[in-house]
Amino acid sequence: MQAIVVEQITKSYGPKGAVKALDGISFSVDKGELFGIIGPDGAGKTSLLRILATLILPDAGEAYLQDLHVVRDYKRLRSLLGYMPGRFSLYQDLSVQENLSFFAAVFGTRIEDNYELIKDIYVQLEPFKNRRAGALSGGMKQKLALCCALIHKPEVLLLDEPGTGVDPVSRKEFWDMLQRLKSWGITILVSTPNMDEAELCDRVALLHNGRILAMDTPAGIRDSYDRPLFAVRSADMYRLIQDLRHWPGAYSCYAFGEYAHLALHQSLQGFDKQADTVMAELQQYLESHHHTGIEVLRAAPGVEDCFIASTKDR
Amino acid sequence: MEEHVIFTDKLTKTFGPFTAVNQISFAVEAGEIFGFLGANGAGKTTALRMLSGLLKPTSGIAMVAGVDVMRHPEQVKRRIGYMSQKFSLYEDLTIRENIRFYGGIYGLSVQTIREKTKKLVDKLELGAHVDELVLRLPLGWRQKLALSVAMLHEPRIVFLDEPTSGVDPLTRRQFWDLIYEAAADGVTLMVTTHYMEEAEYCNRVSMMVDGKIEALDTPGQLKKTYHATSMDEVFRKLARG
Repeated sequence: MQAIVVEQITKSYGPKGAVKALDGISFSVDKGELFGIIGPDGAGKTSLLRILATLILPDAGEAYLQDLHVVRDYKRLRSLLGYMPGRFSLYQDLSVQENLSFFAAVFGTRIEDNYELIKDIYVQLEPFKNRRAGALSGGMKQKLALCCALIHKPEVLLLDEPGTGVDPVSRKEFWDMLQRLKSWGITILVSTPNMDEAELCDRVALLHNGRILAMDTPAGIRDSYDRPLFAVRSADMYRLIQDLRHWPGAYSCYAFGEYAHLALHQSLQGFDKQADTVMAELQQYLESHHHTGIEVLRAAPGVEDCFIASTKDR
Repeated sequence: MEEHVIFTDKLTKTFGPFTAVNQISFAVEAGEIFGFLGANGAGKTTALRMLSGLLKPTSGIAMVAGVDVMRHPEQVKRRIGYMSQKFSLYEDLTIRENIRFYGGIYGLSVQTIREKTKKLVDKLELGAHVDELVLRLPLGWRQKLALSVAMLHEPRIVFLDEPTSGVDPLTRRQFWDLIYEAAADGVTLMVTTHYMEEAEYCNRVSMMVDGKIEALDTPGQLKKTYHATSMDEVFRKLARG
């Protein structure tokens, strides 16, 4: 069964719809799936989530959550979806406990009724339950917001950039929580600008300028990368990247952590036979440019390589 | 004695009973790309605010571009550049107006501002858009413009506070090209980021935990010391003990 169905959703802003935020987006999410909308700021992630959360209207297209239409059935839909906006939107001057009670009351439930669902998260907040929400750290605010979005036991959870502005440790904890929520059968749609978080989703859609560039499992996205890719490093990374870009065989070269990723012009097909020759040539080229500490490896592309390749081609 | 571009000795800031920055001591060289990392609430922002002359230290020494931040915070502000993702350019001004505004703030002459505008716009290939509102520019262009504007007065140091947060991967790398380029020109760049792979691009990295600098080294050496395969792992080991 499909928990989310989106068909040709379009949304524009500004005079005469000058800014097209979503340009005919279609996808569907299975029940219990953790689906990622991956894209940079301005890609259209927030518009998409707000439409699904019944907070704004699409210009055209249809969308259903649990077979309920986001425009026609918005009232019924609101009681079975949980939404966590990108900007912290709880009451800053209410305490942790008060915020949670408030959201439970709004949905006609009590904290005790669905406590099982939020227990793992709430125990971490409990020491601060009388602290005002505005005085919590970034990671704690996010946990409280998640609790409030879950308190009525929603069937679909919409999370808009839960990892933004949060340090890597808190971010990892948050993703661990999402994995646990999946085991309750909750369908989760999460947006993020962090490409590395794609790997934590069952399936992802790469969103750019209001369009979907690719949609698949993280492995499927990676497998679609069709150029030979090398990880290269030397003592002088800045000069290395410049020099690699001028190498005749180079299609693109960008920094990737401690290595530079070099993609070649040619296709991956039949490349394995030539790989050793190409690597030797590359080594020689870099030596002739006086690089030291050279290392050249075959690299496996990540989702980020795929995103870069598909935005560069446009 | 060689002069460090940034030098601190037991730099401390307390807010009431809470010690946000606890006796940090470090030095940064000219042309260095220095990563300033730490979990939310570790004290990075407080430290950066002290180094940029915005917040008076409680105790300790901080010398920035040869100026004592405790005694001459206004002079510090004139010698540094600052850019963050959250605050940089005025969206309802055009590119030209933003450059003129910041040039004025930094006390550049009308003539200099005019020359700088041309140079900057040519370099970033923004000529056709110079009279457009910044609001209308793609985010990636804005970032590059913001960095260039932060360096309008040719500071020796630029503080970059999460400059690439939310930017697409391609633009993020183009932005780092500019950072490398500035460093090659001898500018010192102090960068905070939540992208651990960007920590790898820094010459050296410091990790703040609970107000202290818990580790400071090259990314390669940090990984060796903490038996980690990535900076992400180093971060997790340090931030959560």
